Amino acid sequence: MSSTLAVTLKSSVVKKQLVGVTGLLLCGFLVTHLAGNFLLLVGPEAFNKYGHALTSNPLIYVAEAGLLALFLGHMGMAIRVTLQNKSARPEGYYMKTRTGRGSTFASSSMPYTGIILLAFVIFHLQGIKFGEVYNVTYDGVVMRDLYRLTFEKFSTLPYVGFYVLSMFAMAVHLSHGFWSAFQSVGFFHTRYTPALRKSAIAFALVVGGGFSFLPIYCFLTGAN
Amino acid sequence: MSESNSMNLKLKIWRQLNSNAKGKMVDYQVSGVSPDMSFLEMLDVLNDQLITKGEDPVVFDHDCREGICGMCSLMINGQAHGPEERTTTCQLHMRKFKDGDTIIVEPWRAKAFPVLKDLMVDRSAFDDIIQAGGFISVNTGNAPDANAIPISKENADFAMDAAACIGCGACVASCKNASAMLFVSAKVSQFSLLPQGEVESKERAVNMVNKMDSLGFGNCTNEAECEASCPKGISISNIARMNREYTSGAVTGK
Repeated sequence: MSSTLAVTLKSSVVKKQLVGVTGLLLCGFLVTHLAGNFLLLVGPEAFNKYGHALTSNPLIYVAEAGLLALFLGHMGMAIRVTLQNKSARPEGYYMKTRTGRGSTFASSSMPYTGIILLAFVIFHLQGIKFGEVYNVTYDGVVMRDLYRLTFEKFSTLPYVGFYVLSMFAMAVHLSHGFWSAFQSVGFFHTRYTPALRKSAIAFALVVGGGFSFLPIYCFLTGAN
Repeated sequence: MSESNSMNLKLKIWRQLNSNAKGKMVDYQVSGVSPDMSFLEMLDVLNDQLITKGEDPVVFDHDCREGICGMCSLMINGQAHGPEERTTTCQLHMRKFKDGDTIIVEPWRAKAFPVLKDLMVDRSAFDDIIQAGGFISVNTGNAPDANAIPISKENADFAMDAAACIGCGACVASCKNASAMLFVSAKVSQFSLLPQGEVESKERAVNMVNKMDSLGFGNCTNEAECEASCPKGISISNIARMNREYTSGAVTGK
C-alpha cells in the first residue's frame, strides 16, 4: 500500500516535520533580523539606510509573502497538532507526574510560548512597521527615521518590559524547538543530538538575549 | 513475614464498571502488605480483602509477573509503571513505598486505549498497528549459519535494543499527547536494522504510521517522557529513524 499525498501530508510524522522545517526557517529570519538590529549601535544613518535598502527593494514583497507563509504554516500546523493531541486523551489523569528525565519546562510549554509570540508579533508590527512615520533625508534620499521611532518606543519601562518578557518566551520556545526540529526530520545521533540540545539552549540565549539587549540599551541611553 | 514490617496503605483506585460506565476514584485501605511484595501482589491482597467483604475485586491486567510480557500497566502516583526507572509494575516492589502512604492507581488514558473495566484497558490498537506492517513477508528460508549474513555489531545492538519493547503502552500513557510513536518506532527499527527486514523497511514504516494515525493516537512533540517511562528504556532515536523512513517511503511511493 502506498501512501497518497493527502495521507502523507496529514500524517503525524509529516505534520511535525512541517512545523520543524518552518520553525528552522523562521530561526534563520531571526538571525538576520537580529544582525540588522545591531546596526542601532553603529548609528542612526547606518540603521536607517539599512531599513531603507530593505524596504525599497521590490523583492521585499516576495520576501514578506514568504515570511508570512512561514508564520502561518508554522502556526496553522502547530494548532492542528495541538488540538489533535488534546483530543487523543479525552479523559485526563487524576494525577500526572513528570518523570523528570524527559520533558522540560520548555518542551511542555510550546503552545503557550507560541501564543505569547503571536501576540508579540502583532504588537511589534503594529508599533514599528505600521507605527508612526518620521522621515529623514540622507544624500538627498527621503527615508523613514526608524532610529528615532525605535528610541521613542523604548523610552517607557512597560514597553521595554513587554519586549524583554516576550523575548524570554521566545528563548524558551527556541530552546526546545531548535533541536526538536532536527529530531522530527529524522536526525538523531548518540553524540551529536546531546550536543544539538545544548546548542539549542545556546542559540536561544544568544537570540533571546540579543533581542532583549537592544530595548534595554535604547531605554538606558535614549534619555541623553 | 514478620508483623513488625507489614505495611498499611491507603489506595485511591479508578473503578469503572465497563467501557460505557462513568468511573470514579474510590478510596481503599489495605493492611498486611509485605515490603517484599510486588505492586500486583499488593493488589492481590487488596482483592482478597475485598472478596472476603463481598465486594467486587479490582480488575487489572497481568500475566508473566516477571517484567517481560507487557501485560501489566497502571499509572501509579501519576507515573506509568510507578516511580522506578526501567521497571514494570509487576517488578515494582512495595519497599519503594512507606507505611501509611497514599497511592493513586489509574488505568492508561488514551482515546485509542478505552477502559474496559477498572484498571484494564483495551490495547488491541497496538495489535492493529503490528498487523499493518510489523512483520517480514519475504521468505527468509531455513535458519542460516550464524555468520552467513554479516550484520554489524552496532546494528545488531540497536535492533536488539528496539526489540526489547514489550508493547505495554507506557509510552502512550506517559505522553502528554497520547502518542504511540515510541512503540511504533521500536517495531519499525527492530526490522529495518537487520538485512531480512530492511527490504520492506520504508513500506513498513508508511503502513504502520498511517495505521497508528487512523487509530486516534496523538502526535509526537519530542518531549521524551516515553523514553523516560519505558520499562525497557527504548530510545527516541528510534522515532527519528521512523520519521526518516516514513518520509523517504512516502516520497518514493513505497
